[in-house]
Amino acid sequence: MITLEHYLILAAVLFCIGLWGALAKRSAIMVLMSIELMLNAVNINLVAFSRFLTPDALVGQVFAIFVIVVAAAEVAVGLAIVINIYRERQTSFVDEFDWLKW
Amino acid sequence: MVSPVVFWVVAVLLVAAALAMVLARNIVHSALFLIVSFIGYAVLYLFLEADFLAAVQVLVYAGAVSILLVFAVMLTRRGNMQESNLFNNYKVTGALIAAVLFLLIGNMVLNTSWAISSIAAPESTVGPLAELLLGKFVVPFEVAAILLLVAMVGAIIVARGVKDSK
Repeated sequence: MITLEHYLILAAVLFCIGLWGALAKRSAIMVLMSIELMLNAVNINLVAFSRFLTPDALVGQVFAIFVIVVAAAEVAVGLAIVINIYRERQTSFVDEFDWLKW
Repeated sequence: MVSPVVFWVVAVLLVAAALAMVLARNIVHSALFLIVSFIGYAVLYLFLEADFLAAVQVLVYAGAVSILLVFAVMLTRRGNMQESNLFNNYKVTGALIAAVLFLLIGNMVLNTSWAISSIAAPESTVGPLAELLLGKFVVPFEVAAILLLVAMVGAIIVARGVKDSK
C-alpha cells in the first residue's frame, strides 16, 4: 500500500539532492538543472496532496501547472543570462561571477 | 492504486538518476540523467492519476527544457568535456545542509496526521482542469500567458546582447 507519506518522503529526497547540486556545483548551468529538479519535487508534493487530501478539487494540479509555467520562464531567462555572461567572461563557473564583489 | 513493487522500482530509479546527475563529472551526462529523472517524474504523475500533468511533464520538461539545457551546455563549453562539471568548495557543507533539511522535512511528514480522503479521483483530469483554468483560475491563467511572453522576449534580448546606443 503506497500512502501519501511515501510520495512526500520521495519528493523530500529529490528536493534535497537538488539542493545539494545547486549549492555544491561550479557550473551555472548545473545549478539551473538542480533547481529544475527541486521544482519538480515540489510539483510531486502538490499533486500528491491533491490526490490524497482533496481528490475531487484538482486545485493542486492547477497549481502544479502554474509552477511548470514559471519554471519554464525561469530556465529560459537564466540560460540567456548564462550565455551572455559566457560571451563576456569566457566562463560559466559560478565562482567566477564576481562583478558585484569588488 | 499502484502496486508497491512498481512504485519502489520507479522511486529507486528516480533517486539514482538524480544522484547520478549531481555526481557526474561530465555536464552532458548530467543533462542526460536529468532527462531520465524528468521521465521518472512523469511516471509518478501517472501513479497519482494526474494524466494531463504526466503528458505536460514529458512535453515541457523532457522535450523543451532539456533541449534548452543541452543547447546552453553546447554554447558555453570550453576545452574538453571530461572535467566540465566539478564540485566547488562547498561539497561537504552543501551535503550537510541538504541532509539536515531532509531530516527536518521527514520528521514533519511522519509526525503530521494527514486527513486522507477516500473519494475516488476523477477518471480523466483534462476536462475538469480545463474548466478550472478557464473558469475559477482564468485571471492567473492569463497572467501566466503574459509572463511567458515577457520571459520569451526578455530571454531573446538578453541572449542576443544589446548594441551600444548612439
